[in-house]
Amino acid sequence: MRLEPIAHPSLARRLGFPAAALGLTVVVASLLALIAGANPFATLGLILKGAAGSKFALLETLNRATPLIFTGLAVAVAFRAKLWNIGAEAQLYGGAIITVVVGTSALAALPTLPLQFLMGFSAALIGALILLGPVLLKTRFGVDEVVTTLLLNFIMLLFVSYLLEGPMKDPMGMGWPKSEALDRSARLPRIVDGLRLHWGFALGIICAFAVWIIQTRTTLGYEIRAVGLNIRAARFAGIPVNAVLVKTALLSGGLAALAGFSEVSGLKGHLSLDLSPGFGYTGIIVAMLALLHPLGVVVSAVFVAGVFVGSDSMSRAADVPTYIADMLMAIALLFMVLAILLSRVRVVRG
Amino acid sequence: MMEVLDILLSASFWAAAVRIASPLIFATMGEIICERAGVLNLGIEGIMVIGAFAGWMAVYQGAPLWSGVAVAMLAGMLFGLLHATLTVPFGLSQHVVGLGVTLLATSTSYYAYRLILPEVSSPPKIEPFQPFEIPILADIPIIGEALFAQTPLTYAAFGLAALVAFALYRTPLGLALRSVGENPAAAEAQGLSVTGLRMGAVIVGSGFMAVGGSFLTLSAFSSFFFEMVNGRGWICIALVVFGMWQPGKAVLGALLYAAFDAFQIRLQQLPIGNVVPYQFFLMMPYILSIAALIAMSRRAEVPAALMVPFNRGDR
Repeated sequence: MRLEPIAHPSLARRLGFPAAALGLTVVVASLLALIAGANPFATLGLILKGAAGSKFALLETLNRATPLIFTGLAVAVAFRAKLWNIGAEAQLYGGAIITVVVGTSALAALPTLPLQFLMGFSAALIGALILLGPVLLKTRFGVDEVVTTLLLNFIMLLFVSYLLEGPMKDPMGMGWPKSEALDRSARLPRIVDGLRLHWGFALGIICAFAVWIIQTRTTLGYEIRAVGLNIRAARFAGIPVNAVLVKTALLSGGLAALAGFSEVSGLKGHLSLDLSPGFGYTGIIVAMLALLHPLGVVVSAVFVAGVFVGSDSMSRAADVPTYIADMLMAIALLFMVLAILLSRVRVVRG
Repeated sequence: MMEVLDILLSASFWAAAVRIASPLIFATMGEIICERAGVLNLGIEGIMVIGAFAGWMAVYQGAPLWSGVAVAMLAGMLFGLLHATLTVPFGLSQHVVGLGVTLLATSTSYYAYRLILPEVSSPPKIEPFQPFEIPILADIPIIGEALFAQTPLTYAAFGLAALVAFALYRTPLGLALRSVGENPAAAEAQGLSVTGLRMGAVIVGSGFMAVGGSFLTLSAFSSFFFEMVNGRGWICIALVVFGMWQPGKAVLGALLYAAFDAFQIRLQQLPIGNVVPYQFFLMMPYILSIAALIAMSRRAEVPAALMVPFNRGDR
């Protein structure tokens, strides 16, 4: 077989294949439910109900989507330049550490706005620095960033474990590995009083718009795309490729770290080893399902969060393991990358 | 200082190093086969998980140990087929597909585990491979215990490395494989099927990765638990680079890494272990891997067509 690019793919083709990918994912979900001995329609219904069936469920989904917006944006920004940042998990924890450090220091006496700004800014700064290392190794020595960013995730988790048993241990934690909690006054307020949704979600949407503007309206955005499309052509055209990669990394690492800031300051209030159940890795799925479009990331983060929240609630009611969500998201990712290709090329024999 | 020397001279230390290296050798050989044919396989981490799970589950359900290894290999090949289909004929991003395969294989293992064993608090055990002492050789001091009193899968790992080295450099198939990884267009002109060779390499290589995973449940430990692969797959990706895509050097790298890992575990028992928190010892192997990548980066001879999809008729 051979692939032939289609010069002007029809709208039906461009929408049909991605839609088919999502449809097939639903089919797989039904099959997985059948294997577990459950009724597929009831299972899908329970997932939907658990994700958006009530005000509480919907808010839970939006809360879960918040860190995914940040990690999804981090991945989308980096992958656009073909910079393979698989280390959003480490950057997230870096941001979370700094948020707790600032939020439990004397600075916590500051008024809400400057304090939150300071925490968010220092979190983003640390996240950017964490990714700067692997990127400099890539530009200077040609070390593949996939492996270094991945290994940094493991190093960072061990470092957090050390902090929680050592310097940042909560004296009132009763042996539970968690940090001291931020005071209520030092935390991100809720958007609407009484509704369990904090300003982190709004910040995520603001960041998505900011990234969208950077990508479509600035020189840097143009350069990032050029580097991602063809690094040699970009270099030939006089684009400072290494500088662009470093800037991309700072942006990506900073965004991922904001997930840590938002989770600590907005939701959990303290640092623990289960702060992120793999938000960094799920961010890759979020970004790919959004076709790396920053505004699409918001939509896909809510969708992915809904599947996870819904599956959690479904598995409590039916005997279908909650890992069905992880499987579905991985399958959706693989179907989607294939669908995007097929919407642009034709498969011919020979 | 004397205590460090004691560690390095003890047979149990070297035996542990060889044991820790075994799963890494299987998986690294698998990755070398893939990458030599021009395909980066980031599915390795998840494929090791599915191998660890499938092999263990087969034995837990009553299959003999070697059948467990075969089941693991088949499971790995299945995910290898998925990876190969998406990355070779369709030429999709090897990074994205690889990570997707890792996520899918990992979650499939966890889903199936929970489905079959819904309510277990402590993971059930199986009877794993026992050490097999090779007569006479096992009696050599230190080396005997380290090399010749291991479980059969360890011998298989070293056997596989020798086989891969021989096949890559001394057989027509190995030449064909290397040529599709270096210059697919030229290989195609020679009448070789680039698609076929690459897909075959990814499928077989993934099978070996899964066997590496099954070493963990069938030889090193006796049960399957979540997070047990714990980044070993990513370490193997680093080992391939460190070994400059050559099986022999990669085995040396795996042994070096494993010795270091065994060493840090023992170092924790010494007085220094009371001063330095244990997390820093556990970090050392990962840091070492990054350091090794930096050290080798200048000399790396990457297969020229690694990560370059081949579409017949493209110019």
